[in-house]
Amino acid sequence: MTQKTILNDTHRALGAKMVDFGGWDMPISYGSQIEEHHAVRRDAGMFDVSHMTVVDLHGARCREFLRHLLANSVDKLKASGKALYSCMLNEQGGVIDDLIVYFLAEDFFRVVVNASTRDKDLAWIEKQAAAFDVKVSERPDFAMIAVQGPHARDKVLGLLTPEARAKVAKIGKFVAAEGDGLFIARTGYTGEDGFEIIVPEKDAVSLWNRLMDAGVAPCGLGARDTLRLEAGMNLYGQDMDESVSPWEANLGWTVALDEGRAFIGRGVLETQKAAADHRVMVGLVMDDKGVLRHGQRVATPQGDGEILSGSFSPTLGKSIAFARVPAGAAGILHADIRGKLVPVRVVKYPFVRDGKPCEGV
Amino acid sequence: MQEIPGDLKFMKSHEWARVEDKGTVTCGISDHAQGLLGDLVYVELPSVGDTVKAGNACAVVESVKAASDVYAPVSGEIVAVNEALPDKPETINEDAYGDGWLFVIKPDNLAEDQEELLDPDAYAELIESEDH
Repeated sequence: MTQKTILNDTHRALGAKMVDFGGWDMPISYGSQIEEHHAVRRDAGMFDVSHMTVVDLHGARCREFLRHLLANSVDKLKASGKALYSCMLNEQGGVIDDLIVYFLAEDFFRVVVNASTRDKDLAWIEKQAAAFDVKVSERPDFAMIAVQGPHARDKVLGLLTPEARAKVAKIGKFVAAEGDGLFIARTGYTGEDGFEIIVPEKDAVSLWNRLMDAGVAPCGLGARDTLRLEAGMNLYGQDMDESVSPWEANLGWTVALDEGRAFIGRGVLETQKAAADHRVMVGLVMDDKGVLRHGQRVATPQGDGEILSGSFSPTLGKSIAFARVPAGAAGILHADIRGKLVPVRVVKYPFVRDGKPCEGV
Repeated sequence: MQEIPGDLKFMKSHEWARVEDKGTVTCGISDHAQGLLGDLVYVELPSVGDTVKAGNACAVVESVKAASDVYAPVSGEIVAVNEALPDKPETINEDAYGDGWLFVIKPDNLAEDQEELLDPDAYAELIESEDH
């Protein structure tokens, strides 16, 4: 059965085009996906991301458990409220999911995982947690609204009480604080500044409406996808899955091979790293007209690769993509678009930062 | 949603065809189709002089979301294409039945091919049933 977030009626009343997204009935756009994209790059936009799964971990051995569970090191989290992006790997070093973990107290961490991987994530976390006496509690009583864009923070702060505002205004990037009954994190999936707000379901519709009144544009998952691709952020299922290691998904920066920490998948990752012949993920820009799409073949002198996430970039006005290619492929490659080989340039990404195209893109 | 002009015929795959006075057939995609696709960003048109067969793909329209083949509503020869579209594909979003036309066909068997097409009422019914 299709699941609905608490904001479903609100989206429909706004005239949103709804689509099935991993079993959830979600807005893809409210009108023009490109205008929603620009609203986030230039001003402020918001997304209902209540389909994402919030999981609370309680227990004295929480940190020890997460050292074992995650490829990134939770020992980087020293102050309460601090967040960390990490992969959760299987024994073969494949990515089960990517997630954000918040350190709230030594016996209380909060994890946010993807919607499409909810069931297998919960099963895996619970299985691993048993040995550490960590209690795993999903929080379906929460909704989540991401408010993103150069003016997003000011617009959110304007809705808070003076006490909460003072607290939330101070938090740095990748830090969360609680105020006015909200869990507000300075995180996002667009490459812009802003907040992801975890809100009790009963308060979500009124928060959404207050944000709208403050001039925050409702944006659908379509714009969210082009924004995160321009920002160089991976999408689980498209850019990586259980058959792909973090090295092959350009997520090496999230792997901490710190001394003496036996996290799940570490052995395979170390072997792969030493061999250094694994496939790599690169950014592509196409200067010709057309759109790069998931699954298209990429011809390189080193052999074939494939397009992972591919779309039209509203900021650049041309198509961009991630591709997984054999090691060594660089310079000009060719994408197979309906049988025609179209030149594409390998570039360093992110493609867009702070609303502007990056150098070399 | 734009009103469907009464002089159009439709394919189930959402192409429209208009028989002009001089006997040529102007073709495009329906307003409903552009709505489903969302913001259009790329159009691949046939070349003037190409021979097309009714029901075969002869153009591609791509939105941010997806690529979609466009099928020829009738068989014949391409005698004109909308040269303005490749630089302004969003014209299809703005005016699917007017400035957003894609190509013109000089038909081979108009009478026969036309029988396969839907009139505006039948097309309206089709998209109504797809929405539910």
